[in-house]
Amino acid sequence: MKHINLLAIAALVVLGACSQAPSPTGYADPHEEQNRRTHRANITLDKALISPASDVYGQVPKPARVAVTNFSDNAGLPGVVVNKFLQGKVDDAVHNSVRFLFNSTLGLLGLFDVASDIGLEERNSDFGETLHVWGAPEGDYVVLPFFGASTERDGIGILVDFVLNPLGYALPTEVRHLPKAAWVVSKFGDRYDFADSVDSILYSDGDGYSTLQLYYLDSRRYELGQVVEDDELDDLYEAYDG
Amino acid sequence: MGKIAMMNRRMVVGGLAAALVMPGAAMAAISAGQAEILIGKVVSDINSIINSGQSEAKMISRFEGVFKQYADTKFIALAALGVDGRSASSGQKSAFIKAFTGYIANRYGSRFREFEGGKIEVVSTQQVKSRFEVLTKTKLAGQSPFDVIFIVSAKNGKFIDMHVEGISIVKSERKEIGAMLDKRKGDLDVLIRDLAKF
Repeated sequence: MKHINLLAIAALVVLGACSQAPSPTGYADPHEEQNRRTHRANITLDKALISPASDVYGQVPKPARVAVTNFSDNAGLPGVVVNKFLQGKVDDAVHNSVRFLFNSTLGLLGLFDVASDIGLEERNSDFGETLHVWGAPEGDYVVLPFFGASTERDGIGILVDFVLNPLGYALPTEVRHLPKAAWVVSKFGDRYDFADSVDSILYSDGDGYSTLQLYYLDSRRYELGQVVEDDELDDLYEAYDG
Repeated sequence: MGKIAMMNRRMVVGGLAAALVMPGAAMAAISAGQAEILIGKVVSDINSIINSGQSEAKMISRFEGVFKQYADTKFIALAALGVDGRSASSGQKSAFIKAFTGYIANRYGSRFREFEGGKIEVVSTQQVKSRFEVLTKTKLAGQSPFDVIFIVSAKNGKFIDMHVEGISIVKSERKEIGAMLDKRKGDLDVLIRDLAKF
């Protein structure tokens, strides 16, 4: 199994001939009907489970919640290192490796983020970004169950990231799922800490669905450094006469 | 001899570059440096608000003050209203601007509670056409830093938009206000009344 995964990744590296990903344009939503259905289901899930559960989890003292998030982030780092290598960003891969070594040892299995204190800040990435670096287009906008707003490219990225983390193969069977459990719990923590922002988007008076689409696409395109011509905004700014 | 020739060439090239830049710079009422100083003030005000330990209501009212002082609230409000605002009377427009300003202060000000203990810093400024883009970085405890770009008009030094990690407030509120107006079957007066409740 391990060999098959490595082979598949090697094949992807060869296939990804470092072409430039085409610039995305606009906010076309060919799967809008299905996306809105999934969005409604996610809202139901949030109301019934995620929001109440995060309120309960929010009662855990902040330092303990931060430790859970640190642990989850640190356990995810080997996967980020692999992605940075696949993107050819060797210095970031090395940076993250050193960060992982520091936090796994001095940071007590990653519960404490001592690396950030000495200037080795988080340099995140994911397989969706790797696909982008390899020249894959963004694809259509999709809303995923639980994960929410995404694109076809980033959705594949999420699936691949699940199997890409070498730590998942290195850990003993009994604790293999601990990082994933910590990740889910840390998401409850985010839902609690950023409750006002999340609520103001999901439960806005306008159309939460399209706001979320705009937020996701614009922030993701910005994160990936994609320059998108935006005539709507440009025209507005240029018409400004003080 | 060669050295002097080099220097001359550099000076000529430098002079040429200055000449190319000057017309644009002369047209602008404020410089990039002034835009950066202005956003420096905004950022220092916001830093003091988020670390004041005051109640959320107090923070929101102080944020509204900063917004009114440094942003062109009239432009942002009418841009958010978009084409729907064209047929509005001047009375409706000014009522909308007032209600929208309070709504924005609430909508974004309430998020400042989440910024507590954070620090915002001005990083750099660049000119794009008739505006400056002032890049700031916000560092929150336990989070990766994120970018906020202030769009400052070169004409009068007011900021006319903010991009939070690539998300424009003007653009997203245009969508939001548009959807809110649709829900009210295009009745601007009802929208103004409801916005004022925020």
